[in-house]
Amino acid sequence: MINAVGREIPEKIGDYVVRPYTGAYDGSPSTTPVRSLRCAGKTTSDTEKLTYSLEDAIRRVGLTDGMTISFHHSFREGDKIIGQVLLAIRALGIKNLKFAPSAVVNIKNPSIVDFVKDGTITSIEASGIRGELGDAVLEGLMDQPVILRPHGSRPRAIEAGELNIDVAFIGASAADEYGNATGQIGPNACGALGYSFIDATSAAKVVVITDYLVDYPCVPASISQQYVDVVCKVDEIGDPEKIGKGATRMTKNPRDLMIAQRSADVMAASRRFKDGFGFQTGAGAISIACTNYLAKHMEEKGIKASFALGGMTASIVEMYHKGLVRVLECSQCFDSVAARAIVENPNIVEIDNAVYSNAHTKGAMLDKLTFGILAALEVDTDFNVNILTGSSGEMMGGLGGGPDVSAGADISIVCLPIVRGRTPSVTKRVFTCCTPGETVAAVVTEAGIALNPRHRHYEELKEDLSKAGLKLVTIEHLQKMAESLTGVPQPIETTDRVVCVVEYRDGSVIDVIREIKK
Amino acid sequence: MAEKTIRLKRTGLYASGSTPVNMIQAIFYNEDMLVYDLEDSVPASEKDAARLLVYRMLKEHRPEGKYICIRVNGIYSEELEQDLQAAVRANPDCIRIPKVEYAREVQAISRHIAEIEEAVGLEVGKIELICNIESYMGVLNAQEIAMADPRVVALSVAAEDLTASLKAQRTKAGLEVFYARNAVLLACRAAGVDALDIVFSDINDEEGLRADTALAKNLGFDGKTVVHPRQIDVVNSYFTPSMKEIKYALRVLKAVEEGKQAGKGAVTLDGGMIDKPMELRARTTLAQAEAAGINVERMVL
Amino acid sequence: MEIKKAAVAGTMESSDCMVTIRPGDGTLDIQLDSDVKVMFGTSILETIQDTLASLGVTNADVEVRDRGALDCVIRARVECAVCRASGEAFDWTKEAAYHG
Repeated sequence: MINAVGREIPEKIGDYVVRPYTGAYDGSPSTTPVRSLRCAGKTTSDTEKLTYSLEDAIRRVGLTDGMTISFHHSFREGDKIIGQVLLAIRALGIKNLKFAPSAVVNIKNPSIVDFVKDGTITSIEASGIRGELGDAVLEGLMDQPVILRPHGSRPRAIEAGELNIDVAFIGASAADEYGNATGQIGPNACGALGYSFIDATSAAKVVVITDYLVDYPCVPASISQQYVDVVCKVDEIGDPEKIGKGATRMTKNPRDLMIAQRSADVMAASRRFKDGFGFQTGAGAISIACTNYLAKHMEEKGIKASFALGGMTASIVEMYHKGLVRVLECSQCFDSVAARAIVENPNIVEIDNAVYSNAHTKGAMLDKLTFGILAALEVDTDFNVNILTGSSGEMMGGLGGGPDVSAGADISIVCLPIVRGRTPSVTKRVFTCCTPGETVAAVVTEAGIALNPRHRHYEELKEDLSKAGLKLVTIEHLQKMAESLTGVPQPIETTDRVVCVVEYRDGSVIDVIREIKK
Repeated sequence: MAEKTIRLKRTGLYASGSTPVNMIQAIFYNEDMLVYDLEDSVPASEKDAARLLVYRMLKEHRPEGKYICIRVNGIYSEELEQDLQAAVRANPDCIRIPKVEYAREVQAISRHIAEIEEAVGLEVGKIELICNIESYMGVLNAQEIAMADPRVVALSVAAEDLTASLKAQRTKAGLEVFYARNAVLLACRAAGVDALDIVFSDINDEEGLRADTALAKNLGFDGKTVVHPRQIDVVNSYFTPSMKEIKYALRVLKAVEEGKQAGKGAVTLDGGMIDKPMELRARTTLAQAEAAGINVERMVL
Repeated sequence: MEIKKAAVAGTMESSDCMVTIRPGDGTLDIQLDSDVKVMFGTSILETIQDTLASLGVTNADVEVRDRGALDCVIRARVECAVCRASGEAFDWTKEAAYHG
């Protein structure tokens, strides 16, 4: 069948029942009470939760063949927990697990591929896969298709009973022996643990893993002892260098700076750029530069924002210190400046990913966003956005919160260069549709700004930008410009076999990724 | 000789002929003049490669709406012959000659360009010349250089080699090249060609760039060479003419037009005579205004 | 043109390519490694063959390592490598001028 963004999708993919995407705001929530596998517990003053062995921890929570395990991604590329836990699981001979991390996982030595090949893992649900695992999945590694969800869809799927987590392994940079845990202090501090809250409250069993035991009670505590079955002390949970050293650096690439500046100009030209606005800029190179240009506009015009949302960087923390933003709502922290900021500042707060992005709750914060800046690998002339697959069809990114922010923000702006090397990034049709074009207000590139005539605020934005003297081009113009540089690419050939299902934030299927033909 | 058109030169950006990515990205910045460089930014061992690259790039991906230059190697370089063969065939708006010191050098190059133009069937004399002045001798001879050949449309001062030739120390304030800047400017005004100012080298000092560009504009320069794309928008903004300048330019052109219709030989405005350079300046002012998005047609005098 | 010695042109920077040419054993052998092979492999090969043909190169081992170079960059790099390998300057007289 063909879904509402014109994508051909099968009606059934193995056991997975397809609900086709029908529109950005169409999906209905589940009507049954929210699902959680959490059970009552019983503890006394004699209860001992602490262990120094991961195998012991895994035995104590009763992990068995066929169960679902989860992890959060707050340690990013510096994560050392997932590998250790999977090695321990393998040592215990447990097989056939569903691996459901909160976002993209790209660990090496050991690689997830090894655990798939030996049968430890047989299915995966994440927000993206890349590197060795991504390549292997595209070549048909898994029997079950990988289910990819944006940030807002994961808590939705858990509460709707579509993703049932048996054991959540929650890495914490500090914890006490009774399970109170945080990401904000300790040698491997990563800041907010916002993506693991839903796991802590919904999983049947919860294991907190730390390398930094603190005296009881651990304060601050992001994960509360009442949800935690076992605390495991290991030697090392991460590599601080890769978790996020210092402040995320500002790009020096003049092209990216120009795109960032133009994106900030678009925001500043909007009539919605006034006291009390809310924004999310993200962590890409262009995004961080854009944050700085936005701050400049705010200082010049004396405008203050009420809040910044999502993943935090040093640039946004700096805006907070300058009094340009009243509250920072952090679901994750992209550098160590942001990671430390939560403990040090009263209005920089850690939030649950679900309150940030879940479309099927009684209110996601991103509904209140005025501006959202989105990074992308590709955008097409229908304004559909690809944040997953690269020019050869390879897995490059993760869905992240892009589809959620785009739908929530009044004005969502996709920033990208029209070409990267010889790869055109404004195309006639994105290889994988992740964010529907109807939610995208503008595309900003080095070759010009294009507004989406189908966006709900098109007329308003067009008027505001014209008044500000910002020149507009059509998306078709950008596509042709890109093509005139690169030439027309050959299409990527695929087989009929679906290797990934791309869910939209409401759980409908917006696209699928098929096995690449060799 | 072909009729000269008014082409804006508020900002000149160099793109090294050694790096494809720079040449591609330069297409998208807001510089008026894009200079594909075969000289200083290209190491001696890569001159052949850069020549082919610039030639192929300009043939396939010609930026729209920009004044296109190729900076060839110097007059006494053995690369120049091949550079000119390539550059003329690429048919840019302009060829930029480094380290010019005497009028005869410009004339020799102009003649050679004409030979190649003729051989490949291009209109002879259409390719313009910009002379880079980067030595004391160039400064001393600026006037003869500016008037050397009808192809010459501008002189551009370059401070680095100039300070070395002066035995001066290069400073941020730039007093050591202040005289040279003015001397070249005067020569340009006398010849009725554009005067292009030195670069401001500290790309992280926006305030410094603003001050230096304001000075250049006040001295009378038509534009400035930039060292980094980040400087382009700032420099362009300073070379956007004021309302007063635009209105004066419109009055000059109106007087010229009326003079023409009345068949007058000499045209005056406010008691002074309007000469050719004045008329050219007025046209440049209006072109600058239009490039900045100012609609001069509806302006009331 | 006759390939007399091994020569290299270009770099491994993004948007560039590195072309290595060696004397052949009687035929033209082209090896291509490209970041964008899936999208442009065929067209890059055509460009290389076309450029070599226009320079009259029929006996050479040509290795192109492409980092996403545009077509005109590949052409320029092959031309440069051939000139270097043959020890001859590029023959500009065969080139027509750009006429807009």
